Amino acid sequence: MKFVDEFRDPDAAHRCAEAIAAITTRPWSIMEICGGQTHAIVRHGIDQMLPSGITLLHGPGCPVCVTPPGMIDAAIAIAKRPGAILCSFGDMLRVPGQAGSLLAARGQGADVRMVYSPLDALGIARANPDHEVVFFAVGFETTAPATAMSVLQAEREGLGNFSLLVSHVLVPPAMEVLLADPGNGVNGFLAAGHVCSVTGTREYGPIARRHGVPIVVTGFEPLDLLLGIYLCVRQLEEGRTQVENQYSRSVRPQGNAAALAALAQVFEVRAQEWRGMGKIEASGLGLAPAYASFDALGRFGDAAVQPERPGACISSEILRGMKKPCECVAFGKGCTPDHPLGATMVSSEGACAAYFRYRRPIDDEYWAA
Amino acid sequence: MNEAPSFSPVCPTPDKPGETVELGHGSGGRLTHDLIESVFRPAFAHCETDLTHDGAELEIGGARLAFTTDSYVVQPLFFPGGDIGTLAVNGTVNDLAMCGARPLALSCGFVIEEGYPLAELRRVAHSMQAAASATGVRLVAGDTKVVERGKGDGLYINTSGVGEIVAPLPVAPGRVRPGDAILLSGDIGRHGMAVMSAREDLGFDPPILSDCAALHSPVLRLIEEGIDIHCLRDCTRGGLATALIEIARSAGLAMKIEQNAVPVSEPVRGACEILGLDPLYVANEGRFVAILPGEQAEAALSVLRDFEQNAALIGMVEAGPEAVSLRTIGGSYALDFLSCEQLPRIC
Repeated sequence: MKFVDEFRDPDAAHRCAEAIAAITTRPWSIMEICGGQTHAIVRHGIDQMLPSGITLLHGPGCPVCVTPPGMIDAAIAIAKRPGAILCSFGDMLRVPGQAGSLLAARGQGADVRMVYSPLDALGIARANPDHEVVFFAVGFETTAPATAMSVLQAEREGLGNFSLLVSHVLVPPAMEVLLADPGNGVNGFLAAGHVCSVTGTREYGPIARRHGVPIVVTGFEPLDLLLGIYLCVRQLEEGRTQVENQYSRSVRPQGNAAALAALAQVFEVRAQEWRGMGKIEASGLGLAPAYASFDALGRFGDAAVQPERPGACISSEILRGMKKPCECVAFGKGCTPDHPLGATMVSSEGACAAYFRYRRPIDDEYWAA
Repeated sequence: MNEAPSFSPVCPTPDKPGETVELGHGSGGRLTHDLIESVFRPAFAHCETDLTHDGAELEIGGARLAFTTDSYVVQPLFFPGGDIGTLAVNGTVNDLAMCGARPLALSCGFVIEEGYPLAELRRVAHSMQAAASATGVRLVAGDTKVVERGKGDGLYINTSGVGEIVAPLPVAPGRVRPGDAILLSGDIGRHGMAVMSAREDLGFDPPILSDCAALHSPVLRLIEEGIDIHCLRDCTRGGLATALIEIARSAGLAMKIEQNAVPVSEPVRGACEILGLDPLYVANEGRFVAILPGEQAEAALSVLRDFEQNAALIGMVEAGPEAVSLRTIGGSYALDFLSCEQLPRIC
């Protein structure tokens, strides 16, 4: 398959791993930002191909994971209203808030529908004029433009029964929070290729300079990841801290102008609550005042967002790359994908869920059960 | 208060208050197995058959018969490459074939929702007859129930089937041995993606067609050619991965699978990539795994390739802990049951 097979070629992957080993003289810790990259690394065993000195830290980049549980509870409360249809991406449905999941709410009779795009939700609103259709808008800069386009389209059509529960998050502010912690062990970053396809790479230059870390915009296939790691290690070994673009088949430095314009028109940047990380300034998107009438929280005032209750989960440290999933006493025992205790286990792209699926030893007690 | 507690019957697995059946209980994954183990196995205490096998083997008057049943609740009822009628015949025929049996006769029970168009019901009935004729199996008994509007999903069909076991030795996980070869009868993921694209109106172009087909012919040919089949399993809901895990667990052996050896067609791979689904867990309705002695792998593969060009040797059985490991580019990992159906990913 074009653009997949070439980037999954085992021989080329092993040559790339050898090239990384050949230039590595010291230990380095590199954080991949995106949950999709974490998933691919663990699934394909990319980390197991690297020289022992190279450690991959798994960052906070699973938007489903970091969606605040209070927001999920608000989505459930809206879904349970008579005459409401709550639309969401598939992987959000199973994630528990503090009062169950959207899938469980559907089991209890709420009208919860899985969509592939906010434009599908718009179609449902058109087809059901006597229902209130709410799209649960989650995701990074990758999915936010489609959300913005749905608002603009709804405005054009005068669709009064369409609104949004917005929980979009932004990547660079989270990177700043990680780097501001003096205990962070991050030497370099693999930035999320799909996010940069929208935003371009300009935001990353100041971060690289300010914190003295190389940032390599990287794709999601095994060879993308290995090449991203190679470029990052080469910068570290040469003492450079620049922004480099491994994923040039998709990412332009200036980003996608149409997508950025839609974002700027519909949204404004706000402080945002991250599950497992707390509130981060200027790290989320809310509807701009001109589009406030599309805000589901404003429309359905009783669906307030409650703060996250503290728990025993160490996902805060895992999201910051300070601990690995297997260092948690609850991992695979009290905490599994069926009964997740925190952010990094709730979605399949979370670091704990990826380790649970791909890294449990075969003699694990879980298998014996 | 020192009296011994009075006798009262105790349920072996006390219910947790408020527990209800979830959709995931029907997905063929971990929750389905939990349901079988926590509800049906304890209740059917004297049942000696393997409840995870595709059918039961019965000896009646010296004849060895396979007996099986399956219910079909697919949505939409018509999908690219088939409909609920073809599925209801072929699915049960395949369960019989997986017991090493020649399918003989099927019963069919219809649960129809009030208001369901008769024209569609006729189409389904004709599909069933066409599938039965193509397979050489007879539809010999039936039942019809109508439920109130809103209490069914248009149409549900149950079919039960009997077949004559023609494999000279049992075809069951208990006969799997270290050194056995694991063969897959064709490329995977077509049925699940065909149904999903029809249900969600995804409009892949060209459309992905279901692989829905009867599998008795390749199985009977393997037996005729003298292949000593140790175990067969069709890769229906839960896909290839679930089928392999079930066999490994029942056999108490390890399986090593080469990821690159598992055939997946380009359209299915593309669709799975877009939606973030793992084809190993996507449903099939016309594919099976055959486990047989390693030295017969080549002969068996050439039989399977007469029916499906891309049938493949995908791995081997080894001694070791009961698990299925998949070799990837950089390492390997153990496949696990999914707790419920896969959901498309956000990005």
